[in-house]
Amino acid sequence: MKFDTPATTNPIDQLKVVGQPVDRIDGRFKTTGTAPYAYERHDAAPDAAYGHVLGAAIAKGRIQSMDLAAAKAAPGVLAIVTAENAGKLGKGEYNTARLLGGPEIQHYHQAIALVVAETFEQARHAAGLIKVEYAPAKGAYDLAASRDKAKPAGTDDEPADSSVGDFDGAFGAAPVKLDATYTTPDQAHAMMEPHASTAAWNGDKLSLWTSNQMIAWSVGDMAKTLGIAKDRIHLMSPYVGGGFGGKLWVRADALLAALGARAARRPVKVALQRPLMFNNTTHRPATIQRLRIGATRDGTITAIGHDSWSGDLPDGKPETAVLQTRLLYAGANRLTRLRLSELDLPEGNSMRAPGEAPGMMALEIAMDEMAEKLGLDPVEFRIRNDTQVDPESPKRKFSQRQLTECLRTGAEKFGWAARRKPMQARDGRWLVGLGMAAAYRGAPVMKSAARVRLDARGIVTVETDMTDIGTGSYTIIAQTAAEMMGLPLQKVVVRLGDSTFPVSAGSGGQFGANSSTAGVYAACVKLREAVVKKLGLNAADAQFVDGEVRSGSRAIALGDAAKGGELVVEDAIEFGDLAKKYQQSTFGAHFVEVGVDAATAEVRLRRMLVVCAAGRILNPKSARSQVIGSMTMGAGAALMEELAIDARHGFFVNHDLAHYEVPVHADIPHQEVIFLDETDPMSSPMKAKGVGELGICGVAAAIANAIHNATGIRVRDYPITLDKLLKDMPLPA
Amino acid sequence: MASPPQQELRRRSMIAAAATTAAIGTVPAALAQSSAETPPEAAKATTLKVSFTVNGKPRDLELDPRTTLLDALREGMNLTGTKKGCDHGQCGACTVLLDGRRINSCLTLAVMHPGADITTVEGLGTPDRLHPMQAAFVKHDGYQCGYCTPGQICSAVAVLAEIEAGIPSHVTTDLNAKPQLTGAELRERMSGNICRCGAYSNIVDAITEVAGSKA
Repeated sequence: MKFDTPATTNPIDQLKVVGQPVDRIDGRFKTTGTAPYAYERHDAAPDAAYGHVLGAAIAKGRIQSMDLAAAKAAPGVLAIVTAENAGKLGKGEYNTARLLGGPEIQHYHQAIALVVAETFEQARHAAGLIKVEYAPAKGAYDLAASRDKAKPAGTDDEPADSSVGDFDGAFGAAPVKLDATYTTPDQAHAMMEPHASTAAWNGDKLSLWTSNQMIAWSVGDMAKTLGIAKDRIHLMSPYVGGGFGGKLWVRADALLAALGARAARRPVKVALQRPLMFNNTTHRPATIQRLRIGATRDGTITAIGHDSWSGDLPDGKPETAVLQTRLLYAGANRLTRLRLSELDLPEGNSMRAPGEAPGMMALEIAMDEMAEKLGLDPVEFRIRNDTQVDPESPKRKFSQRQLTECLRTGAEKFGWAARRKPMQARDGRWLVGLGMAAAYRGAPVMKSAARVRLDARGIVTVETDMTDIGTGSYTIIAQTAAEMMGLPLQKVVVRLGDSTFPVSAGSGGQFGANSSTAGVYAACVKLREAVVKKLGLNAADAQFVDGEVRSGSRAIALGDAAKGGELVVEDAIEFGDLAKKYQQSTFGAHFVEVGVDAATAEVRLRRMLVVCAAGRILNPKSARSQVIGSMTMGAGAALMEELAIDARHGFFVNHDLAHYEVPVHADIPHQEVIFLDETDPMSSPMKAKGVGELGICGVAAAIANAIHNATGIRVRDYPITLDKLLKDMPLPA
Repeated sequence: MASPPQQELRRRSMIAAAATTAAIGTVPAALAQSSAETPPEAAKATTLKVSFTVNGKPRDLELDPRTTLLDALREGMNLTGTKKGCDHGQCGACTVLLDGRRINSCLTLAVMHPGADITTVEGLGTPDRLHPMQAAFVKHDGYQCGYCTPGQICSAVAVLAEIEAGIPSHVTTDLNAKPQLTGAELRERMSGNICRCGAYSNIVDAITEVAGSKA
């Protein structure tokens, strides 16, 4: 199905099942421990041997020698895979560094060997017996030090430079201006399930159970890396224990499990050890961001400029932190620039809301600072600079844009009017502050296919290689099929994450929910046509209601259409140029109350509220969870998350969950989420967008702004830890 | 859905068969001591026997003494509901109940627990017969990816028992009074269980509901 004209009324608009806050259909499996993750396939590979990964102990250089003798002789060892004995390997399209290093080492903890043994304990022990001699080389690990050498760099979607009008002239002439530099650190996905895979060969055919967000991409990259045809690989990922962008691609666990299984001649399973993950896999790259905003005295932005510097391995990409600045606020004179340095740290890549998450961390403090300079309320300052058109090309409208409504609703519900000037509010030992920020994230769409089956019992089964990484895909896909076919949720079976199913959008970029359900919509439209034809009904007035197909005076059970055999159809949603004609984005407004301990500068979040405008909300319960989860990750970005770099040896020092701190229960207060009523007919037949990443965009800045309101201290370097506050804390009264 | 997509879970295929009840309690005390001995380098693999009860069923295992309780459950008994998130006691995904108290099963060796009574998430309830805490997690969407969930649920069950038993926490203000069932108490006591999906707000709602229905 081609989607190239705005959606009109369709069966989804009935909202009998779609739009309802139903419980997740996979919930009773996840809560009882019966949902099988990639390392847990005793059913499919009961005799799997265990692989343990050895990571490089240098960041850059070469392996001079590897002595495997002691490891090979250790009890239970079945095989040892290294670059030397693995045969010729390619590199995946989506990988920057090779997944199996040696002799050249590209980053610290790059995998250099897999030890396969009868038990996990034996594999781990033997891996420690491998002796490696390295010839280290000098590397570059310091983003700030390499800033002057950075080069212009864009991505497929984002140019290195964008410019409208005369930024320099307008900024120079602006009566009120801000020129400030902000930094965001390297951050880790730190999903709870480590990257894990179980691999089994049957002749030249590979079965791979792996924890992965993008099935088709990963089949392609496994094939390319192994040098085999794609149809030799059966990849399965029905349950994914968190991804956040870290599992968009195959990683060392998948490749090494496949190589280990080939070498040991039996199935092998590999989970990346937690302390290996932070340097072995990808991370969100650090940024240095310079914001320049010029405005008239009444608060009208006349110039807005955003420069962002980031680093990555050779052939890597920049963190596109300027994305939102091109679209969020009006202003006639504009400039954005992306600059990239070559660094020899582990591979930088996508993490939840790449671009906008770190970009909004900087932009939305800058907006708060500007509002302060102007003597304007920060909510009012943003409303004053709202735009209904793409500021770079004013003929191009937003499909829907309710930023102002989000800001006003949030301010009212949160009690924003009670906010005082900095350092004016106190509650016992706590300095209390309120802060806010806008939320912005693009709403991309991707082609997505699905197959639907109808059996004689009237049960509809949906098959698509879409993944559910905690996002609720199983449930919203079931809701979509139920709505389309006039069935209760219990009559729909959803099967996901299997490369034998039609290729979906996959999970990423907050495009998954809208795109994959639209694909299921397309397949269901086709199934409805097949049913009507099979039953000999009039297509024009056929209605699918309560398990029946009704036409004129006739009402036939849906399952009757499959009495002569299962009906199976397949279709895809393919998006035309509506996304080019109209800018499609999601919007929100974050409001936060913090307490800062007057003596210790400890920051506690007291209240969090967000208002979102993100198209039709397919399931308010799971969508809300996506948003609060994003807010939680954003709170981590604001207050604690930072991969600390050892710039001598070139690695992230705090590479485990004790030292890379993420929010825990005690850090997070009750969170409130309000979805504005919105449908977006430009986005898809579902009229939905995405919410999985919107919630992380802006929230860190709202916290930073609240801390400023509490203490009067403006911290521009994330995370906002005690050491950055203590020296400037107001003296206790 | 009648079963998890793409998988009908088989009955547990056991490495060691379930023992008779009579075997329980007859585990020699010397077993725990011998676990401290390190096997000599490159020698034949050493194993030790241990017997305990898991989810009401007696189990006899013969294990590499280095095997954690977590791996004994996941790999030795195919009880994969208990998750390995970090293997270093940093995330809480492996939380199980051992003799009624919660423990990070990755931080203890299986052979250290002869005669123990262990409950995993599978022992609390099943997909067709959920434990009240499991049902509350579903109702309040107290999970997303599901990987930390069994640990959160085991911890939550234990937390309510700890408060009931009068065990104070870091945020208990009056150590002489019975700890109260407050949000602050729940958040503090649950802070050893990381949820990177960030379902905390919902998890506290779920626990609060279960606690309320008990009160």
